[in-house]
Amino acid sequence: MPETEWPLWEVFVRGKRGLNHVHVGSLHAADDEMAVRHARDVYTRRNEGVSIWVVRSTDVTASSPDEKDPMFAPSGDKVYRHPTFYAIPDDVPHM
Amino acid sequence: MAHPTPDPNDDGGSVYDGLLEHHEVAGDDSQWAFGTDFEDPLAGMDTTVPDDVDAAELATYCLLLGDDALVLSQRLAEWSSNAPDLEEDIALSNIALDLLGQARLLLARAAAADPAVVPALPEGSPAPVEDALAFFRDAADFRCTRFVEGPNGDFAQTIARLLLFATVRLAAFERLGDHADPVLAAIAAKGVKELTYHRDFAGRWFLTLAQGTEESRRRLLAGLAQVWPLYPELAEAYDVGPEVDVVLDQVFAVSGVERPEAGRRVGGEHHTEALSRLLAEMQSVARAHPLGVW
Repeated sequence: MPETEWPLWEVFVRGKRGLNHVHVGSLHAADDEMAVRHARDVYTRRNEGVSIWVVRSTDVTASSPDEKDPMFAPSGDKVYRHPTFYAIPDDVPHM
Repeated sequence: MAHPTPDPNDDGGSVYDGLLEHHEVAGDDSQWAFGTDFEDPLAGMDTTVPDDVDAAELATYCLLLGDDALVLSQRLAEWSSNAPDLEEDIALSNIALDLLGQARLLLARAAAADPAVVPALPEGSPAPVEDALAFFRDAADFRCTRFVEGPNGDFAQTIARLLLFATVRLAAFERLGDHADPVLAAIAAKGVKELTYHRDFAGRWFLTLAQGTEESRRRLLAGLAQVWPLYPELAEAYDVGPEVDVVLDQVFAVSGVERPEAGRRVGGEHHTEALSRLLAEMQSVARAHPLGVW
């Protein structure tokens, strides 16, 4: 019998006090529902989460490492894009 | 594709905040992962048996429930590193650990209710009462049903047995929530959530295997036929009624599986040889080192 592997899923878990789902890893499953069950068993068995998202790995579009410089280097020296770059005038309240 | 391990110390890694938070509250570095007192499973509970409850009967009943969980836990643990897939391996281990936790509480409850059920230990043994019950009793003194004793068979047979077991035990635990003994009632209330998941897990796999391939269906039906003869003993021991049949008939219907003939309870009160073999393996280390500290 040929060994066929289940497709891969990316797992995101939201913790008890967390506001956002955090990527925690990946796993194999046959369908959506099974992926959620597997994620529960593999990634929340130590009380890590209260909510799970799963996404087929093939549905994730990622930036390529080759593009790293053109994609991210230009933002490295733009300190003025941070609000902390600007001095707050003394007469601006509640800041 | 790289999957960095989440760093619990990273502010962004909020999934682990809950654990760290508990850590701070508990203030005990050595056992932070367990979430409860690990020394005494019934710590903080009043274990006095209520006046209207017969202590010996309560102990016997807790032994039945505890031994069933212990033995099936040991069987399911045999799947560790042997399951069809890594994810199922962990799922079955989780279920085994849930049952082991139930066994621990129930055996401790039995010992507190009636200390006479606890076997004598070798002089100087530090084993707590629930360990004494688990590791130093012979097969004849176990109260488990024969339903949980037999070998796992293949994955499909394991699923068939787990579905029947979880369905029956869940129905019994839901009823035990208002038992006259508040300790047993609390143990049952905790177990209901676990068993609900076990039943869901087994039910989904039952359907998947039944409607999967010709081979998966053949194996499921063979597994069901293998475990069914001892099912009446399980249902009788847990004293469950039509509420269980309603659930099982739903699973059978959606899976396109005919409910097996209503078997008669297979005669005999003795345990199977399979139990002796299981206990021999499970108990050998504890018995070889009765003074060991684990």
